[in-house]
Amino acid sequence: MPWHRKHLLDIESLSADEIVTVLDTARAFKAVGERAIKKVPALRGKTVVNLFVEPSTRTRISFELAEQRLSADIINFSAEASSFKKGETLKDTARNLEALNADFIIIRHSASGAPHFLARVLKGSVINAGDGAHEHPTQALLDAFTIREKKGKIEGLRVTILGDILYSRVARSDIWALTKLGAQVTLCGPSTLVPRVFEQMGCRVTYDLDEAIRDADIINLLRIQHERQRKTMFPSLGEYSSLFGLDQKRLARTKPDALIMHPGPINRGIEIDSEIADCGRSLILEQVTNGLAVRMAVLFLVNGGKGPQEVEG
Amino acid sequence: MNQPAIERALARIAHEIAELDLNGNEVALVGIQRGGVPLAERLRRLLSGIWNQSVPLGTLDVSMHRDDLSRRAAPNVQPTVIPFDVTGKTVVLVDDVLFSGRTVRAALDALNDFGRPTRIQLAVLIDRGHRELPIRADFIGKNVSTSLSEKVHVRLSGAGGSDEVVVEKNP
Repeated sequence: MPWHRKHLLDIESLSADEIVTVLDTARAFKAVGERAIKKVPALRGKTVVNLFVEPSTRTRISFELAEQRLSADIINFSAEASSFKKGETLKDTARNLEALNADFIIIRHSASGAPHFLARVLKGSVINAGDGAHEHPTQALLDAFTIREKKGKIEGLRVTILGDILYSRVARSDIWALTKLGAQVTLCGPSTLVPRVFEQMGCRVTYDLDEAIRDADIINLLRIQHERQRKTMFPSLGEYSSLFGLDQKRLARTKPDALIMHPGPINRGIEIDSEIADCGRSLILEQVTNGLAVRMAVLFLVNGGKGPQEVEG
Repeated sequence: MNQPAIERALARIAHEIAELDLNGNEVALVGIQRGGVPLAERLRRLLSGIWNQSVPLGTLDVSMHRDDLSRRAAPNVQPTVIPFDVTGKTVVLVDDVLFSGRTVRAALDALNDFGRPTRIQLAVLIDRGHRELPIRADFIGKNVSTSLSEKVHVRLSGAGGSDEVVVEKNP
């Protein structure tokens, strides 16, 4: 199906077909990453601004490498070393970027909706690299890509997302993407971090960890987002770990082909036992590899123009 | 162009390729996605028969190397699979219709990322003219004069008997 969007702001507004288009395109870009020459000229002459107002390491590096492999020119803009420190507003920063003729703006911001705001005021394409606790669309796309690659499908699979759902943009984007593609999503964690209201997104909420992981095909672990929690949501990390951490004993009760995912950064010994993070059932590093392919695919797709998809050579 | 005419054209192209390099050791075929891929498969079968040995075959998607990417909806990228080293080989690129030449230009760039062939040649079933770049084919099934508003459809069924090439006038 042809892609006609100029921006990637969230998963909520995408159709299942559009998500599949990204995953199919990402497969071709993953193959590029396996060649001796890993660079293609698709974005040659285009300028990409990486506007990371909230700190990020892996997502920023992944986007940067994706842009380099597409031959784009790159400007990096981070909160610590930028004019935000001097009191400039997001809108003024955006206008300055416009004055540089930026074609793409990749934005990470602590405020939900910041990418949508930029998309309204800028001429270029905006890609959301995580906005507050709202969405992290490229993470959900790479998770879906990884699941489809490993399991051959997504429809009908049971996916359990475990941990801090309330403050997680990854959880929200994953729920949208996976339910649209036909997976049955179960959420589990402390009741303070997994409110029942998430059931309205089309998934199941349970506080019984053993039940949540028993039949799961995929177990996606989330980090506790201390930086977003305004008050203490559970008594202690030790208690969280003993009640909801994935350890060997609990892993033994899962299906033998259940696979473990984590968007990173992982906190070994808290949400995941150190050995499990490194075991053959862990997809954590493959998620990183696939993230690069998915971000190349997203940039490639939003770069498309208005003309017809098929042309004669 | 009907089924027998297409078969004759492909057989002639195969023989012309065979005359390049009599033992066939150094020839590889690469079909350009999508129309060139089934043609390259047929040429491989014909050439393998002539040389009594299998001929390396690959597929090449040129989407990432096109020069019109921001002027049209992003193309569906098809697999690129080149399961052999192109360096030192004569690579015959295969496509169904040669028109502006821009696809072939992109294919030359894309192939370049896989190594340095000794030479690259181009085989097409139909040359419909209207080149926008200084590119020509080495092996041509049929020259067809067309107007810019017309469309050329190559339909290959694979094993069945309904192969055809049709020139369609745009309303």
